[in-house]
Amino acid sequence: MTKPIYSYLQAELEKRFKVLKLWEAQDGSRFLEDHNQIIRAVVSDGGTGLSPELMAALPKLEIVSSFSVGMDKIDLGKCKEKGIRVSNTPDVLTDDVADLAIGLTLAVLRKLPASDRYVRSGMWKKALYCEMLLYFQFSGKSVGIVGLGRIGQAIATRAEGFGCKISYHSRTPKPESSNYTYYPSVVDLAAHSDILVVACALTNETRHIINREVIDALGPRGVLVNIARGATVDEPELVSALVEGRLGGAGLDVFENEPNVPEQLIELDEKVVLAPHAGSGTEETRKGMADLVVGNLVAHFEGKELLTPVV
Amino acid sequence: MTCSSVQVQPYLLEALEEKFTLHKLDTTTEPDKAARFLRTHRDSIRAVVGTAFVGADAELIDQLPNLEIVSSYSVGVDKIDLAKCKEKGIRVTNCPDVSTDDVADLALGLMLAVSRRLCPIDRYVRSGLWSKLDFFSKQFSGKTVGIIGPGNIGMAIAKRAEAFGCPISYFSRSQKPACINYNYCPTVVDLAANCDILVVACALTPDTRHIINRDVIDALGPEGVLVNIGRGPHVDEAELVSALLEGRLGGAGLDVFQDEPNVPEELFKLDNVVLMPHVGSATVEARKAMADLVVGNLEAHFLNKPLLTPVV
Repeated sequence: MTKPIYSYLQAELEKRFKVLKLWEAQDGSRFLEDHNQIIRAVVSDGGTGLSPELMAALPKLEIVSSFSVGMDKIDLGKCKEKGIRVSNTPDVLTDDVADLAIGLTLAVLRKLPASDRYVRSGMWKKALYCEMLLYFQFSGKSVGIVGLGRIGQAIATRAEGFGCKISYHSRTPKPESSNYTYYPSVVDLAAHSDILVVACALTNETRHIINREVIDALGPRGVLVNIARGATVDEPELVSALVEGRLGGAGLDVFENEPNVPEQLIELDEKVVLAPHAGSGTEETRKGMADLVVGNLVAHFEGKELLTPVV
Repeated sequence: MTCSSVQVQPYLLEALEEKFTLHKLDTTTEPDKAARFLRTHRDSIRAVVGTAFVGADAELIDQLPNLEIVSSYSVGVDKIDLAKCKEKGIRVTNCPDVSTDDVADLALGLMLAVSRRLCPIDRYVRSGLWSKLDFFSKQFSGKTVGIIGPGNIGMAIAKRAEAFGCPISYFSRSQKPACINYNYCPTVVDLAANCDILVVACALTPDTRHIINRDVIDALGPEGVLVNIGRGPHVDEAELVSALLEGRLGGAGLDVFQDEPNVPEELFKLDNVVLMPHVGSATVEARKAMADLVVGNLEAHFLNKPLLTPVV
């Protein structure tokens, strides 16, 4: 294990395998050298993945079982080349991530954390009408989704329950989603959306897909929600747009350099809602993800089909 | 206008001032001044604009012999003595429908905020405690949502919750044909025992006061969540507070309270509770539509036309 991801996961692994904890080693490289003939699997998470150094240090590596759906920190091409299997945890977290996307949208538009603070601080007793906070409607608004995969589709289905008009951008249009409007350009999607949700995988093509031009098109009343990966957004541009009022608000679960969050975002506590990469952070889903990580490893070592292979 | 803040809703105030002679009456923070004012102007006041907080009670109605209409800037009319108005031939209007979506949106927002701990995690990130986060939240999708009062707002909540794969149960005095796909529960305790998240969405009447009592709260249980976007008096607030403090109830999302703006301070240290200052319909969009209805009803009345949204 590269890091102490989740106690239930660690316990389940320890029941079945010899678990070596990289984070406890005084000297990581020495530790790997000492054990490199016996390490046949790596368990990691989305943020850590499998670094090139780690891959190079483990000649007997057969499988990487990732506690995430995101694969941006694993060189999948190289794994394929070397015959290393890779598994992830799709589907089990789709609903939770989509729920968080809608939760963040409502939290931004209806200023839920700021209003909760308004009550707890005693401000409500001083002013019955909360005039200092402006609230905006969610129902019926135009929602633009970047990346209409499993998670993007789940977000669309939920937003439709609020009477929202759905548009999307992806590499190619999806014929099964003909009731949603397709935009080949992200800038156009942003220009036609009140709320823009980033739900795509992080790849070389989608790095900074949300740039200054897109943010400006979304505009001073627009809201950006990111439940994908921090690097899909040009973070300094996002911050300056929010500070200057060129963007109306943002709900962010991911950041370019987690767990670091730009100071100016910390200060903007009414139009911005922040979450600590908690999209899949429910008891139910984390357990489901852990079971998949273990299940994939067990399948591999029993010579069976992987449950959720990526490579 | 009987509001407790004269800084209220500039759009509404402007619209009223444009068309009528508007007297702004602060009956809560300046009761003596208000009383003197009423004595001076009692004969000339033909209309009152009330809000969700301060309406037109028997006392006020008695002080205004020429009152013809009460136009409420709210959906709920529990702060207006309807019986007295009917008796005296005073018309009453409210603002139904235009805020239905916003109230339903807030109900869902509260469900998500409580389940996913949105307020505490936002605070954790801002306080630099990200890596110290040691709790998981609860899944929302697929949880059973129980609705008390499947009226316009209740049905709007059901429609939204269904999009998250939530099975819907409901309680009302009788089964509703429109709820054919929902599970009818003949009592509120039944409903509470059979759902994960219980939402109060009915009107406040003498029958529904304290409809959420200790039995209901116990049936909802330590994993259950209560969401109240109805009226504070729907809930036995003392029982709710002790249940939350003792862990007998899993969480609560509250937009309304027994005695607004006073909120039991014991709730302030709890992370499984989200507290809102009665803002269910407080969006810019809904407020504009409500203001237009208030003014529209008043105009219709004084032009002898049919009222747009009469209650009495």
